[in-house]
Amino acid sequence: MLDKNQIAQRIAKEIKDGYYVNLGIGIPTLVANFVRDDIEVEFQSENGILGMGPFPFEGEEDPDLINAGKQTITALPGASFFDSATSFSMIRGQHVDLTILGAMEVSQNGDIANWKIPGKMVKGMGGAMDLVASADNIIVAMMHTNRAGESKLLKNCSLPLTGVSCVKKIVSNLAVVEVKDGKFKLLERAPGVSVAEIIEATDGELIVEGDIPEMTF
Amino acid sequence: MINKTVANVGEACKGVKDGMTFMLGGFGLSGIPENSIAELVRLNISGVTCISNNAGVDNFGLGQLLQKHQIKKMISSYVGENAEFERQMLSGELEVELIPQGTLAQRCLAAQSGIPAFYTPAGYGTEVAEGKESREFNGKMHLMERAFKADFAFVKAWKGDEAGNLIFKGTARNFNPNMCGAATITVAEVEELVPAGSLDPNQIHIPGIFVQRIFQGDKYEKRIEQLTVRKKS
Repeated sequence: MLDKNQIAQRIAKEIKDGYYVNLGIGIPTLVANFVRDDIEVEFQSENGILGMGPFPFEGEEDPDLINAGKQTITALPGASFFDSATSFSMIRGQHVDLTILGAMEVSQNGDIANWKIPGKMVKGMGGAMDLVASADNIIVAMMHTNRAGESKLLKNCSLPLTGVSCVKKIVSNLAVVEVKDGKFKLLERAPGVSVAEIIEATDGELIVEGDIPEMTF
Repeated sequence: MINKTVANVGEACKGVKDGMTFMLGGFGLSGIPENSIAELVRLNISGVTCISNNAGVDNFGLGQLLQKHQIKKMISSYVGENAEFERQMLSGELEVELIPQGTLAQRCLAAQSGIPAFYTPAGYGTEVAEGKESREFNGKMHLMERAFKADFAFVKAWKGDEAGNLIFKGTARNFNPNMCGAATITVAEVEELVPAGSLDPNQIHIPGIFVQRIFQGDKYEKRIEQLTVRKKS
């Protein structure tokens, strides 16, 4: 079973040379720590920066330089700043190659719910609805089950949706799962996790074909 | 040169009334029109609708207007980090319309550029789509969204000149340029106001035609919401 950093590490393998990538809050943010040194990648933050760098050194923080999580950041050589409408032109116009975000639920046809739990304080969708509605390549980083032990990979989402038929791939603490033709398809299993355990933890229809390889990092 | 300068924030806010709709730039606390917000608090106008990506924190930014119960309705994409906001929302004192962030930006831009409505895929198939016209383009479903209508836009820039030309800095730019010219009156506050001719016309982000009033803010606190740093090793 993977921890959050290992999920991020596995997702980092999906990032290719020359990619512009948008990282959501939570596990997705950790992905930046695991990108290979020998490829060129630029991170976009939807509040208006392309070429986002690591946190600043103590004392060098700038209130005019933050990410979408409102954290202080730095700008790398080659970075650019832009307004919010331009930022979402990059996103809706499919100029961003890969979007990685967290989710509360994903359904087997690729619907995603990650912004609202009825009865609890609703903070808002931020840029999530724009991202999932437009991105060609969306990977969800999440735990396979919730705190109550219930599957988060469902036939149909029970929570209010963020977007429909948009998720292509899920990397969880148990497995790498593809969303294909209205079903989940098991691609890889986490080290030490059996196919039976993954089937047990998956509520939606899960296609298992042949030998399922163990993840490599 | 058409001079857009006003003497101070008081003159800049002349004409604001109870029940008006305001646009306010900023993302989190970055790039918010601090001086204009302080003046709106001082004037104690009430029943206003605020179009702003966020709602500030408890004692800063729009949180200051919330504490004095001046806001009737918020139109935002994300409103966490504010306990008083949560309390007013749950008690029904405050009306809240949550919309996707890109839709918020584009509705500002549409108002700025005379486009009454546009189609976006964001929110299709979700509760955001309720009551909205949808239409298929290129095999994909989209929602019709309308341009905002607002009485005042309050924006903050880094530098500006007497002609109302603006230059923004870093990610403090965010929604500010999109809101310029998107309301009946655009009030721009800047950290540094310079004579016309001092700024390189090649470097202007927003031309003065989109700005009606410009002034230099008295002071900028520029509060940081989430301080994250690395240790020097």
